[in-house]
Amino acid sequence: MTIARNDLEISRRGVLIGGVASAAMTSTAASAETAAAQVQPKPAMATVSMEVNGRRCELELDTRTTLLDSLREHLKLIGTKKGCDHGQCGACTVLVNGERINSCLSLAVQHEGDAITTIEGIGTPDDLHPMQSAFIERDGYQCGYCTPGQICSAIGVLAEIKRGVPSHVQADITRRAELTGIELRERMSGNICRCGAYPNIVEAMMQAAGSKA
Amino acid sequence: MKAFTYERAKSPSDAAAIIARTPDAKFLAGGTNLLDLMKLQIEAPSHLVDLQDLALDRIERTREGGLKIGALVSNTALASNARVRRDYGVLARAIAAGASGQLRNKATIAGNLLQRTRCPYFYDTNQACNKIRPGSGCAAIGGYSRQSGVIGVSDACIATYPGDMAVALRLLDARVETINPEGQSRTIPIADFHRLWGDTPHMETNLQRGELITAVTLPRPLGGQHFYHKVRDRASYAFALVSVAAVIRKDGSGRVAFGGVAPKPWRVEAAEGLMPQGAHAVAARTFADARPTHDNQFKLALAERILAGVMAEAKGE
Repeated sequence: MTIARNDLEISRRGVLIGGVASAAMTSTAASAETAAAQVQPKPAMATVSMEVNGRRCELELDTRTTLLDSLREHLKLIGTKKGCDHGQCGACTVLVNGERINSCLSLAVQHEGDAITTIEGIGTPDDLHPMQSAFIERDGYQCGYCTPGQICSAIGVLAEIKRGVPSHVQADITRRAELTGIELRERMSGNICRCGAYPNIVEAMMQAAGSKA
Repeated sequence: MKAFTYERAKSPSDAAAIIARTPDAKFLAGGTNLLDLMKLQIEAPSHLVDLQDLALDRIERTREGGLKIGALVSNTALASNARVRRDYGVLARAIAAGASGQLRNKATIAGNLLQRTRCPYFYDTNQACNKIRPGSGCAAIGGYSRQSGVIGVSDACIATYPGDMAVALRLLDARVETINPEGQSRTIPIADFHRLWGDTPHMETNLQRGELITAVTLPRPLGGQHFYHKVRDRASYAFALVSVAAVIRKDGSGRVAFGGVAPKPWRVEAAEGLMPQGAHAVAARTFADARPTHDNQFKLALAERILAGVMAEAKGE
């Protein structure tokens, strides 16, 4: 028995499960499967090759996999955190070819050939990056959930200032920004800290940049 | 997220042709807005055409003395460009006022122009929204409309275009260059790029199906003092309640455009002639046809006050 096109059209519009279930009741299992396949597009797979923390990785992934999920769920690099999963909190911040981005708003397949640096690649417990040491010394965190994203973002911010990327709070955007508290706060506004460690994060960044806090 | 297939386009016309012949296919540039919407199933493309290999990431001088900005130039790269910072300060400032550092690094110029509204009723898929389901109604009308538009809105939709960069591009009379699936290119003045909602709020720009933005061009620099003042609910990383882009010359003449108030960057050229008379005259003319709601009528007073502040700053007050 074939399934009327009408049934498929109805199931396409969100009454998906009900539509498929009633089709299954009145038809063979095989045709129910066909209906389900047409209703819900089949996952598509793709191969992605990235350099993560200096190591070449090749992954076979569902195209829907975000860069964040490829790091956490496939490469088991769970230092990078999932907060909001919508680019609003910054917990997922990683460096891609040296620039900070939200790994939750990027598909893994967009990063073929890219060099990704996560918190695991920034430093190790025995060999901390200066930004990591500064966060520890200045108490730049409490619960620590946002910290990997804060540190990756902070490293990105200092590089951006050096490169002359302007900010919203600069009086003169034709010049390189000065390392001030307001400047760092503005540039770090994409990283939310629920514990409110902001003043200490600013101090840590100042210390890592080699300036007085 | 609904499953989709993925491919990388080899040329702009190739990308346009794939979109034209594939149902429910979409271009993928930075992806920062599209992926957000795909996770919520507000967007559910069956196929994504990634544009990153198209070499549309250059900023070049034009023969007329302006600037040609490739569609895939990142927001950060454009705001950091030395000529943009020196000659088109309003543009660099508008970009720096938007989103977060992470998003600006990934988001592109073309993607930013196509950014969809941030109306909370558009994001809540349980609500009536004529953008998502044409004919279903508009829950924002009579609902929580503090962020909604005050002018250029319709009985079908009161959403705003949310971006900052486009407000500066409107002020600068930028042009949007495109290529269609047949390989033909055309130029769309920024004033004609975004549509007013009317009865078809699901149609947001005048691009045709498969038409791909390849570049945005700027005319010669205007000179004058450049301003982008944005008022929002927190100091950083929030959409504008009202923003003002302005270029003001020594004699007090200039240009002004507003963001956060309408379906598109709002500029009324006829009002600019009133700039020497002060902010009240300009705002009254610019917003003469406003139809605010009870919740968002404050935007009209706010627009005038932000402009007054900008004009005072231009005079060195």
